[in-house]
This record gives sequence, C-alpha cells and structure tokens, in this order.
Amino acid sequence: MIRVQAEDFDIGAELSRMTAGRSDIGGLASFIGLVREVTEEGALKAMTLEHYPGMTEKRLGEIEAEALSRWPISASLIIHRYGRLLPGERIVLVATAASHRQAALEGCQFLIDWLKTKAPFWKLEETAAGGQWVAARDTDDHAAERWRKS
Amino acid sequence: MKLLYFAWLRGKLGKPGEDLTPPAHVTNVGELLDWLETVSPAHKAALADRRAVRVAVNQDYAAADHPVRPGDEIALFPPVTGG
Repeated sequence: MIRVQAEDFDIGAELSRMTAGRSDIGGLASFIGLVREVTEEGALKAMTLEHYPGMTEKRLGEIEAEALSRWPISASLIIHRYGRLLPGERIVLVATAASHRQAALEGCQFLIDWLKTKAPFWKLEETAAGGQWVAARDTDDHAAERWRKS
Repeated sequence: MKLLYFAWLRGKLGKPGEDLTPPAHVTNVGELLDWLETVSPAHKAALADRRAVRVAVNQDYAAADHPVRPGDEIALFPPVTGG
C-alpha cells in the first residue's frame, strides 16, 4: 500500500494493521526516516519536502511491485510525507511483512534504497543561512545500485 | 505542451510550470531542452547544467531521445532526494 500525505502517522497503529487477522506472517521489518537537526550548513530549523503529485504515487507503486516480485512478501506499506517538517518529525515509513525474516528485512531495505533514488521528492533545508535544496548523494546511488539485477 | 518545474528549477524559473508550444522541429526531450534554453535568459540559466536536470514525460523518466508530442506533460527537476 502506498500513501503520500502531509499528516503524521502512528507507527504502532500502522504496523499492527499490517498483521491484524493474519497468521501467515512470521516477521515484520520496518524503517522510519526522521528529520535530522544537524546539517552541513548548521542547525536545521525545518525541512520542506516537495513532491510531484501523480508521478510520486506511480513510482512508489512500481517500486513496491518490484519488491513484491523479488521477495515472498505478504504485506507492504510505504507512507511518505510532504510539506514543512521540524527536526525530529517522521518523514517516511517503509514496512514489509513476510513468512520469514530474510524476505522482510531485504525487502524493506530495498524499498527505502530505491525510494531514495527513484521517487520524485526533493528536500529543502532551512537554516540560519536561508533555504538550500539538498543535493543528491552518490552514497544513495550506490545503495540503490547493489539491488540492480546483473 | 504542459511544462512542470520542481525544486530549484521552479525557483530559477520563478514559476511552477507553463504551457508552451515548441516549434515543429522539436520531436524529443533533448531537442525540447535545446529549444527551452532559447525561450528566456531564466530558462537558459536554469538549464545551464544539463547533467543536473532530470526529465519525465507523462510521469515516466525519459532520456534525451524520448519522443515528445503536443499535449504531453513534461516535468523538469533535479535528482531526487526523498526518503
């Protein structure tokens, strides 16, 4: 399931919902991304997430479908927020449930690695120096690259 | 043709998008970017570093040789930084 929203989310409620009423799931893996206060430009006042409505949901759906085709995943969830967020606030939740832990853990890592390099979101950092668009990082490209099928 | 601009491209162009009608010889993404550079000094400045610009045609990533047609939704944006 894909959700792109301005509102915060309840981690416990979201994860509980994924496994509610099911007895086939043996493991649930999750990743939560948060707004960090420390930046190269100094203390962060806020971070604004911009996205491309329509394309964002489409790409996330394709990334999720790719994960489901590669691993035996029983349930998956991607929630990504947009708008102005303060340090400590949640940005993204990725979760995967499976019969066994390996599929859940690998599928979860794959989703966040691919999301970071393929889903159309952009971060604007606000510090005392003003607003600065975050540049894409080579380390994110490398993290995504290792999931590429050879 | 509907153009959409995101992140610093929107900032440099001073608008979130615009409707433009390129000349008939513009048939693919690369030719569209070449022509866009001639529209105004702001367009030229925004597209100065072509490697920093990603393009989507009708919400799918598109390379320079991808065809463009009247009525397409073309988005220009920097490399993504979500997550």
